[in-house]
Amino acid sequence: MSTIIPLRELQVGQKAHISQVTASGELGRRIRDMGLIPGAEVEVTGRAPLRDPVALRLTGFTLSLRNNEADHITVEI
Amino acid sequence: MSKKLTLALAGNPNSGKTTAFNAITGARQHVGNYPGITVDKKQGTAYVDGREVHVIDLPGTYSLTAYTMEEVVARSVVADERPDMVVDVVNAGALERNLYLAVQLMEMGAPLTLALNMMDEAKKQGMRIDAQKLSSLLGVPVVETVARTGEGVDELMLKAVSTADAKAGKPWEPLAISYGPDLDPVIEEMVALINKEQFLTDRYPARWVAIKYLENDEEMQRIGRPFGAVASELESRAAEVAEHLDATLKTYPEAVIADYRYGYISSILRQGVVSRLDSMQERLAFSDKLDQLLTHRMFGPLIMLGILFLIYQITFTIGEIPMGWLESLFGWLNETVSAAMPDGMLKSLVVSGIIDGVGGVMGFVPLIMFMFLQIAFLEDSGYMARIAYMLDRVFRYFGLHGCSVMPFIVSGGIAGGCAVPGVMASRTLRSPKEKLATLLTAPFMACGAKLPVFLLVVGVFFADNEASVMFMLTLAGWISALLVAKLLRSTVIKGEATPFVMELPPYRVPTFRGLLIHTWERTWQYIKKAGTVILAISILLWLAMTFPKLSVEQIAPFDTQRAAVTAQMEEAKAAGQEDLAGFEERLADIDNVQSEEALRNSVAGRMGIAIEPVTKWAGFEWRTNIALVGGFAAKEVIVSTLGTAYSLGEVDAEEAQPLADRIANDPHWTPANGVALLLFVLLYAPCFVTVVAIKQESGSWGWAIFSTVFNTAFALLVATAVYQIGSL
Repeated sequence: MSTIIPLRELQVGQKAHISQVTASGELGRRIRDMGLIPGAEVEVTGRAPLRDPVALRLTGFTLSLRNNEADHITVEI
Repeated sequence: MSKKLTLALAGNPNSGKTTAFNAITGARQHVGNYPGITVDKKQGTAYVDGREVHVIDLPGTYSLTAYTMEEVVARSVVADERPDMVVDVVNAGALERNLYLAVQLMEMGAPLTLALNMMDEAKKQGMRIDAQKLSSLLGVPVVETVARTGEGVDELMLKAVSTADAKAGKPWEPLAISYGPDLDPVIEEMVALINKEQFLTDRYPARWVAIKYLENDEEMQRIGRPFGAVASELESRAAEVAEHLDATLKTYPEAVIADYRYGYISSILRQGVVSRLDSMQERLAFSDKLDQLLTHRMFGPLIMLGILFLIYQITFTIGEIPMGWLESLFGWLNETVSAAMPDGMLKSLVVSGIIDGVGGVMGFVPLIMFMFLQIAFLEDSGYMARIAYMLDRVFRYFGLHGCSVMPFIVSGGIAGGCAVPGVMASRTLRSPKEKLATLLTAPFMACGAKLPVFLLVVGVFFADNEASVMFMLTLAGWISALLVAKLLRSTVIKGEATPFVMELPPYRVPTFRGLLIHTWERTWQYIKKAGTVILAISILLWLAMTFPKLSVEQIAPFDTQRAAVTAQMEEAKAAGQEDLAGFEERLADIDNVQSEEALRNSVAGRMGIAIEPVTKWAGFEWRTNIALVGGFAAKEVIVSTLGTAYSLGEVDAEEAQPLADRIANDPHWTPANGVALLLFVLLYAPCFVTVVAIKQESGSWGWAIFSTVFNTAFALLVATAVYQIGSL
């Protein structure tokens, strides 16, 4: 049983696999350059004090992106 | 003797590339700029087995697209300078993402050696990497290194050099990855066309060009366009494919290419290259624990405020000490030269123009050094990324970036800073538009040199509320900076926010050597570049405030007056009068009136008078105007020039009581004038040292001049509005 939800809705501490990245242009390139591609496992490790941006753990490193950037990514839990 | 090798160092940011560069070249390195842009060009020399190797440190990049200046530079250095070997420093702990760059370098055909860096950390995380296997699967040498300790670096260089020798003279062999059934046939056709037309084949492999066209790469399209038909044919082929992919798969070529590249990488890694011993149990690393505290909802911002305040304190209290030494040194130089040289123009030029000018510039050096040392510490430790992470939400609203906070604070966000190191601190911003908006607005902050003017005016008009008015001025600086940033970002520097997607590197203790090298290279750049331009401008300003001199006829009445007073003094002395102070005072008064007349007659003075019709709306008369013109040299000069303009002689900025009394008793000066002047000084053109720093950081004189003109216009507008409302 798996559901597809926007990355924004992932809670801190929750893990998921990326199902789709819909960003194009510069943002799309940046996201892919950082290894955020379908199939990659991500875990939300924290949110900034104002709930935005969000910190994500991928294999071996942590990166942060803004909520409106996370909206271009859906994940499977 | 074999020929001198050129080696380029590539790698992701945070992969330890800079540390590796320092380990390889030691102190034998120098930093410059690539022409026209602000990306640092670092080069150095290494000796491998007694052989000289030229090492180019490419800017840190995640990829080789054309979105950032860093990537364009990295790409064109590899394509045009054709290094004999490219060493890609990869973070072993995040191998998959780091190999993304390596694969693109191999697609360009560059001879590659992989430095599997940070092996110690990867091992601690429970990772095992089979370097031999990785090497044979990728077909490039792989060497394990720990750049921080220097472990493996010698071996890396030996391997890189011997591989370069083995490949010398042979053509580059670009890697060809399959991009799937939708793209492969198109790539084949495009390659055939490119080869037939010899399109750019002297610089790039045909397949690479084809892929770049499919990726819709602006830089490649720009290079290609002058070739005409071939380029447009390639562009239209790429557009066709894009349309097809969108219609059939709801995707686009760039995404497909990235997916296949990652697919290629994971197919290699899955063949037993990487194994995780405790993969099931994701260990909460030390860094994550720190983050739970340092980016905590409540404690995070508090700790950050504390750290920012501490940096400010250290920069300006400790930096003050060597700054005082330098000031005394230049003061001593000033006196010595004054005593040694005969009076005259040349002396005035050397003392007031050159020594004071250069002294003014050198005085900033300790501040800049302390600030850069601490910024280097924040960057190298990984905390800078957290500052950006925590503050981004606030600054983004104004079209800025989380990293904008540092330049603002150093510039005087806490009153008393300095815009010169502030503007230079904007270097940590990697997003060009946000960086430009930051460095254009940072000079609005209440820097230390504006304080004497504030103290003077506030002391006269708001003596009862000094502290609160000073605080409101600091606040006015912040409000103006943020609002103007918002204004600029929705007009002249318009555009989407640069994607924030940013790595939060694990916390590390910076290496002492790295800190020193970073601090020194940035400080030296300031001394070298700013020094030459600033010397020229300070001579110009000296000329403007000195020439034309009063004519003999203009000086004559003063001489007559002086002669008369001197004669009276002699008479009094002959009559046995003891107290001659009254006469000396009158003589000094005459000198001061003459200085006022001379200043008024100079180019700067004439400018001050010429602009009076405009500035009178803000309540400034010519005396204030001259002082403000002088303030362009350095804001400290405003008070002393105002003193000269009011015939009080040179007024010490620290003890301006006579000037304060003079203003307080002048019917022309009302509180409305005072507030207008306060806001004008806060907001108008940055001092020219800052302007030069803006040029250096923005890479163009255009923006430096813009900041001068725009800020002055903005300040005049605000001052006029305040004065007009206040005088109602």
